[in-house]
Amino acid sequence: MSDKQNLFNKVWNLHAVGTLPSGQTQLFIGQHLIHEVTSPQAFEMLRERNLKVMFPERTLATVDHIIPTENQARPFADSLAEDMMSAIEKNCREFGITLLDLKDSRQGIVHVVGPEQGLTQPGLTIACGDSHTSTHGAFGAIAFGIGTSQVAYVLATQTLAMQRPKVRRVEVNGELAPGVFAKDVTLYIIQKLGVQGGVGYAYEYAGDVFDRMTMEERMTVCNMAIEGGARCGYVNPDQTTVDYLRGRPFAPQGADFDRAAEWWLSLASGRDAEFDDVVTFDAADIEPTVTWGITPAQSVGVTQNVPSVASFPESERKLVSEAHEYMGIGDDQPIEGTKIDVAFVGSCTNGRISDLREAAAVAKGRHVAEGVRALIVPGSQLVAKQAEEEGLDKIFTEAGFQWRAAGCSMCLAMNPDKLQGREVCASSSNRNFKGRQGSPTGRTLLMSPAMVAAAAINGAVTDVRKMLEPAAV
Amino acid sequence: MQTITQITGSGIPLLLDDIDTDRIIPARYLRCVTFDGIGEHAFEDDRQQDPNHPFNKEQFQNGKVLVAGRNFGCGSSREHAPQSLMRWGIQAIVAQSFAEIFFGNCTSLGIPAVCASRDDLKKLSAAIEANPTLEVTVDLEALAVSFGGQSISITMPEGARSALATGQWDFLAQLLDAEAGIKETASKLPYLNAFSA
Ligand code: SF4
Repeated sequence: MSDKQNLFNKVWNLHAVGTLPSGQTQLFIGQHLIHEVTSPQAFEMLRERNLKVMFPERTLATVDHIIPTENQARPFADSLAEDMMSAIEKNCREFGITLLDLKDSRQGIVHVVGPEQGLTQPGLTIACGDSHTSTHGAFGAIAFGIGTSQVAYVLATQTLAMQRPKVRRVEVNGELAPGVFAKDVTLYIIQKLGVQGGVGYAYEYAGDVFDRMTMEERMTVCNMAIEGGARCGYVNPDQTTVDYLRGRPFAPQGADFDRAAEWWLSLASGRDAEFDDVVTFDAADIEPTVTWGITPAQSVGVTQNVPSVASFPESERKLVSEAHEYMGIGDDQPIEGTKIDVAFVGSCTNGRISDLREAAAVAKGRHVAEGVRALIVPGSQLVAKQAEEEGLDKIFTEAGFQWRAAGCSMCLAMNPDKLQGREVCASSSNRNFKGRQGSPTGRTLLMSPAMVAAAAINGAVTDVRKMLEPAAV
Repeated sequence: MQTITQITGSGIPLLLDDIDTDRIIPARYLRCVTFDGIGEHAFEDDRQQDPNHPFNKEQFQNGKVLVAGRNFGCGSSREHAPQSLMRWGIQAIVAQSFAEIFFGNCTSLGIPAVCASRDDLKKLSAAIEANPTLEVTVDLEALAVSFGGQSISITMPEGARSALATGQWDFLAQLLDAEAGIKETASKLPYLNAFSA
């Protein structure tokens, strides 16, 4: 393969079945992931047309969005949630698909489970009826979210009709300051490029900052590629990727693994790889970042003030005033000190073991502020188990946090975990849209898990750097 | 499949930016196993909070052509969003730009999602506000939207446009046709062949 090719184009070309009459590419999907919310109607489409699943072993199902994190006894108290559970159980049974259900110790948020099980590998195309499928790009896979009709296409044909996007290299170089996490990097990039800046593009994240990141940190960054409008985001596979995958249940084993690793590394963008666009940022400019508005791009460094309406170009002002009004936040108000009612650590962005460790490091020996409801929701049952083995659950409960069972929980509040009224939530999730956390008037401030823990303890947005042990800093 | 070249009907102006899919259909209405009945919940929370929301206004109840701003449909991949708009009665969307997953979902449902410049959208929106029964025609062949003697030009990626215009927007049959090609591609993928392919 030519050294000028970037990973995206190498992987795309390998999976192109042909060109459709519309000019779009018919793209083979190497791994399909499904969950209970966006799949039932897709299986119905198959039934209506009397179709089977073409490659049942290339689809894996789990349950996450509607899972109660307190009482998981069946039938669920919410009969609609119970209907959805029964539907995915029946559909997987009838169509021959493996389902990691609540009784399976591997169950969890779909984007946590795939990597954890070693299903997510470099060089794959991965699709799932969920926008945060971009997470899997951390491994050098092309991974994107699809709608329910497309879920049916993948089930029936293992392919999709896709327009090839352009590729933008997003470089972040230099050193991140102590207390600045992967979440801050991804929020910063979205703040700079805008929520629609990535439309039409796949993002290649490159530069020393990503080279040094762990796989979990890379997942946090790629997870939010979609919030910047990109179709997908990825990091080139390297030794960190190979080391992470070794020994995982669905990863290749023995001699296969060595051949796989060699192929994976060969997929990375060549030294002279060409891109449609390149943008670069300096890691030193990134602070712990907090959103103040109703889109993930409306964020500031924790030491800064909420930008005034007048500081935006005319065309943006309507949206900015709407955000100020909804959030009850004014021009030039410092973001630090903003009172919170709820704290949520979890989600496919930041519900992995390293995220819980970072939050626990801040929570240890301290206590959640009076009146604050604080939830820790592990991203999977395996994350929960690991955290319990490390005693993190104890640190959290002693500090006054609630320790919950795995699921999406308050990231989108399809289960009983919801904001009430205009509550303000410090959240490690990925979306601060109006009404996102279950109350139509609820308010969300996105930040890193360590920052969420700091906010929980002080009852207000706090610069976590003041609370980290000097040794950790 | 039905060819979609022209949609004609009255409009609904909603010229706002970054309208996400959580606003189009709040997550609590995703607790369902069919799309039936989802139409009545389109913009539910926005409608509750704003009596002046265009979807609340009597004069726009029969609107078929939705006029929106930049990055319409950003956020979640939920097909429930375009499904709810379609079941509400929307048959075409004219916006400054669309989020990509939303755009793809619209195409799968046979809803043309076309782009126009901000200035032209303002003109269109103003004309609809002034006369809610005004007939608006979205034409995928002329690549224009015409209304009350005016016309604005629109753009749409050619793949999606031709899929709609030639009646091939239900991709399932086309994708199935390539079964031999699909198997052939699979046979060359290293990870499906013990990394020896
Ligand atoms: S954690 Fe949130 S963003 Fe991730 S899959 Fe679940 S609902 Fe979607």
